[in-house]
Amino acid sequence: MQTIDASGMLYRDLNELVRDSISRGVKEICLINVNGQRYIGDGLAKDASTIIEGTPGNDLAAFMEGARIEVHGNVQDGTANTMNGGTIIIHGDARDALGYSMRGGEVYVRGDVGYRVGIHMKGYQDMNPAIVVGGKAGDFFAEYMAGGIMIVLGLGLAPDEDIVGNYCGTGMHGGVIYLRGEVAPEQLGKEVKVVSLTKEDTRILDEYLHNYCRYFGVEREEIDKKPFRKLIPYNKRPYGNMYAGW
Amino acid sequence: MLREGQIRIPSGCAISGIMNKKGRVFGGGDIINSIAVMHDRSNGLGGGFAAYGIYPEFKEEYAFHFFFDHTAIKNEIEALLKKNFIIASGEAIPVRKSNSIKDAPLIWRYFVRPKHRVLVKQEVDEEEFVVRFVMRVNSEIDGAYIFSSGKNMGAFKGVGYPEDIGEFYRLEEYSGYIWTAHGRFPTNTPGWWGGAHPFTLLDCSVVHNGEISSYDANRRQLEMYGYKCVLQTDTEVVAYIFDYLMRKQGLPLDVIVKAMASPFWHEIDRMNKKEKEILRAIRVVYGGFLVNGPFSILIGTNQGMIALNDRIKLRPSIAATKGDYLYVASEEAAIRQVCSKPEHMWMPRGGEPVIGLLETSQPTCVPVRTEQEKIAINS
Repeated sequence: MQTIDASGMLYRDLNELVRDSISRGVKEICLINVNGQRYIGDGLAKDASTIIEGTPGNDLAAFMEGARIEVHGNVQDGTANTMNGGTIIIHGDARDALGYSMRGGEVYVRGDVGYRVGIHMKGYQDMNPAIVVGGKAGDFFAEYMAGGIMIVLGLGLAPDEDIVGNYCGTGMHGGVIYLRGEVAPEQLGKEVKVVSLTKEDTRILDEYLHNYCRYFGVEREEIDKKPFRKLIPYNKRPYGNMYAGW
Repeated sequence: MLREGQIRIPSGCAISGIMNKKGRVFGGGDIINSIAVMHDRSNGLGGGFAAYGIYPEFKEEYAFHFFFDHTAIKNEIEALLKKNFIIASGEAIPVRKSNSIKDAPLIWRYFVRPKHRVLVKQEVDEEEFVVRFVMRVNSEIDGAYIFSSGKNMGAFKGVGYPEDIGEFYRLEEYSGYIWTAHGRFPTNTPGWWGGAHPFTLLDCSVVHNGEISSYDANRRQLEMYGYKCVLQTDTEVVAYIFDYLMRKQGLPLDVIVKAMASPFWHEIDRMNKKEKEILRAIRVVYGGFLVNGPFSILIGTNQGMIALNDRIKLRPSIAATKGDYLYVASEEAAIRQVCSKPEHMWMPRGGEPVIGLLETSQPTCVPVRTEQEKIAINS
């Protein structure tokens, strides 16, 4: 394993070092004292693993194609932007627009996430991206969601705290959301309905929950204490008649 | 060479603020280090700082910071100042020569008090007189701008990256209890010295990341009360709205915040009868001061620091506390750069303010706070 001390380093220099190492065949890199450096792991297609200590900057793992990134800390805005494949494990919170337009791969967040998480996430055939959130999510969760899977566990919420904010699933027309907790009708976009889980849903959930517990050392019984709700769109083309209605 | 506008520079503005709630002063080094981490959010066309508690030796005087285009206009302004004010002191603001800061205007400061007989003649109080003087200079006198006019505080701004502007003004030599900073990426308006943030009036200062889409509606409303928007940047209206609602209308902070970032009508419809009545009244009476568009702002005053986002949080902000310090910034990294282990860190919701008041402050009301903020700010 190679260790790089990122203290005071400009993002261009840091990312060049990371890319160089990986292209030379290094399989595991540890970046320490990261603070605000942008674009780490962007477009990475190699089967490599990066461990980050600190707070990486915006657009972490954007367009990533298959690597693994583990962050001991919080991540900033735009993490996993248009990500195509690979795994991101975040041992803290994530901020706004996590998984923006994500098209493949998996993101696990131990804590809370900000606004517009999973906005316009999409899936096609074997590309089925997933975001698993341990705590709560902000407004516009899964806005314009077109495919993939979003899971919110609501672990550690105060009694008066909501598991998601307002406008959850607004404009959603594909994919599925699983929420472990209550959601009031006025928190949902009008394109979304709440349905019960099938056996197939339980099987899918089981896989992601297993990973979540393994990555973060959480007891599965803790999660199983509360039931999930499933949110799906009413319609695959909610705006089909908006501009072209005759 | 391609000019700004012909090439795309991917970035967004940056803001950062640090406050000591006991009013203890600290140097400008921290705020420079904090804003510098977010270098790539700005493009070198504007940077600035507001600092509170920096002029204890002149704390009863209004500290006017001026940009002059040339010496002739400086002489003209000095004559005008002498007519209206008692000038306790006047000097060029000390700056450091720097390769990164070019084409600086003449930058001067004057510590002044309005003459008693002038106030009597115009039948206004001190603050109103100062506001009118600032408006008059900025709108009627070519080549002179007052960019700071409060007591025991000052704005320092210009064209350049914020960390270079901080070095230029030698900010590490000042000590204040609140510091705010801005790195600019101008989108709709020119990058010039007067257009850099913060925008100020009396001791109120505003730094802003985003866009005020309601600029013209707000400007028209403000013009009815004598404010003149001449600095070619949308953020200017926020400083004047705050001045109007706080100083002239005497509204409590929580009402000001609800007027500027009101809940949507469909949210008001779901509230209880009393809340509904209050919010309806605020929206009806102060509708012209509703600030629309994406924004994350930091407002500084002698009483404390307030952070506010637009209602649907189209711009980022993170808040944290440690000991007596409150931090708010566009990015977490900007806080961690100067605060290694924050005790509490949270993401404020859209329209939900972070209100950091000095322990010695006497606000006009106790602001409504969420439980989390109460814990964070009071602990």
